[in-house]
Amino acid sequence: MAWTRDQMAERAAKELRDGFYVNLGIGIPTLVANFIPAGMDVQLQSENGMLGMGPFPFEGEEDADLINAGKQTITELATTSYFSSADSFGMIRGGHIDLAILGAMEVTERGDLANWMIPGKMVKGMGGAMDLVAGVKRVVVVMEHTAKGQPKLLHHCTLPLTGTAVVDLVITDLAVFSIDKGSSGGMTLIELADGVTLDEVKANTEANFKVAADLKTKAA
Amino acid sequence: MNKIFPDAHAAMAGILKDGMTLMSGGFGLCGIPQLLIEAIRDLKVKDLTVISNNAGVDGAGLGILLESRQIKKMISSYVGENKLFERQFLAGELELEFNPQGTLAERIRAGGAGIPAFLTKTGVGTLIAEGKELRDFDGAVYVMERGLVADVSIVHAYKGDTEGNLIYRKTARNFNPMMASAGKITVAQVEHIVPAGEIDPDAVHTPGIFVQRIVHTPNIAKLIEKRTTRPRIAA
Repeated sequence: MAWTRDQMAERAAKELRDGFYVNLGIGIPTLVANFIPAGMDVQLQSENGMLGMGPFPFEGEEDADLINAGKQTITELATTSYFSSADSFGMIRGGHIDLAILGAMEVTERGDLANWMIPGKMVKGMGGAMDLVAGVKRVVVVMEHTAKGQPKLLHHCTLPLTGTAVVDLVITDLAVFSIDKGSSGGMTLIELADGVTLDEVKANTEANFKVAADLKTKAA
Repeated sequence: MNKIFPDAHAAMAGILKDGMTLMSGGFGLCGIPQLLIEAIRDLKVKDLTVISNNAGVDGAGLGILLESRQIKKMISSYVGENKLFERQFLAGELELEFNPQGTLAERIRAGGAGIPAFLTKTGVGTLIAEGKELRDFDGAVYVMERGLVADVSIVHAYKGDTEGNLIYRKTARNFNPMMASAGKITVAQVEHIVPAGEIDPDAVHTPGIFVQRIVHTPNIAKLIEKRTTRPRIAA
């Protein structure tokens, strides 16, 4: 059985460390907030200008002046601070954010990422994605392994790039890969989802990858 | 010098002309100068180049200037919430320049601070860097991005005094402070107006030097794009 969205988010939460400042993207990455281990101090950054993002408000307590980067109403915490978009991206570009977890359309074996544009079809814009992958210390992608049966882990991106050699770890519904970005280390399969076989991963992956000697796997 | 104008229409009158560059603060519909945008619609200026992180939604924010076809070009980072925008763009009726959000914020900050260009890693190796100067520093590649200024900037603040000192509230701050600094003329709509001296000088976010015109816009209807809540757990 492949991992569910929640299981992928739970796996991504294992990348969190005490004291981390973290930026979570829209979609599955947002779910990672539900799996922060009790007692671990993690501050979530919202790139529109907030550190210390709290949970969604109770009904009737929504504040139009308090939203996250996905434009959802949220709340503040005792640790919260607000700042301008320039200061926010100064934090990001300046390498002060420890971890970014985001979605993707395509990732390559050398860590190239495409997640913002489908020419002729989708005209939305990159928002803060290019800044995040260029500036954050460690970049984790969480995505479905395939799209309409086609691999998303490729030799080369076919879609316009968000960044080159920027992804450190990819978590899909089938497996987890580490990427030695920007060097010749390439991509390594380090973990299989519960009950998923190596053959299944190979059949659904275009990118070249090595298999870790201590590959983590569970019997089907 | 009096900076206070009686209403949004009066605050925008006499400073707009066809083909001008306008900066408009806000992130999504949060912290947008809605009444100043409506005044621009009513004043019917056209062929505007508008610098704003987003393009509003259908019927609100900059969406109303798209409806009235007053915008020629947008410089934005994300316009995904506006279907009219997509239609006009795909039909070739609207020019669009996408900037990464942090690059856009820094271009505006730089423009306001008299910095003509800066170098950033953001966008290197992507469409964004095509045709732009690249430079190496300490083994990494950076792309040069230009500072941005505007003929007029419009911003929204929570509180302002008669000198033009502004305070923003929570995440409604976003692009407003940089845009206030990068407009040759900056007009602020404020929810609360107080006499000079009532705002703690240590708490000012935007000093009055950046603000030429202020209009008091109390009790504005603030829109929420994605109302999300959690259930109350019964005690």
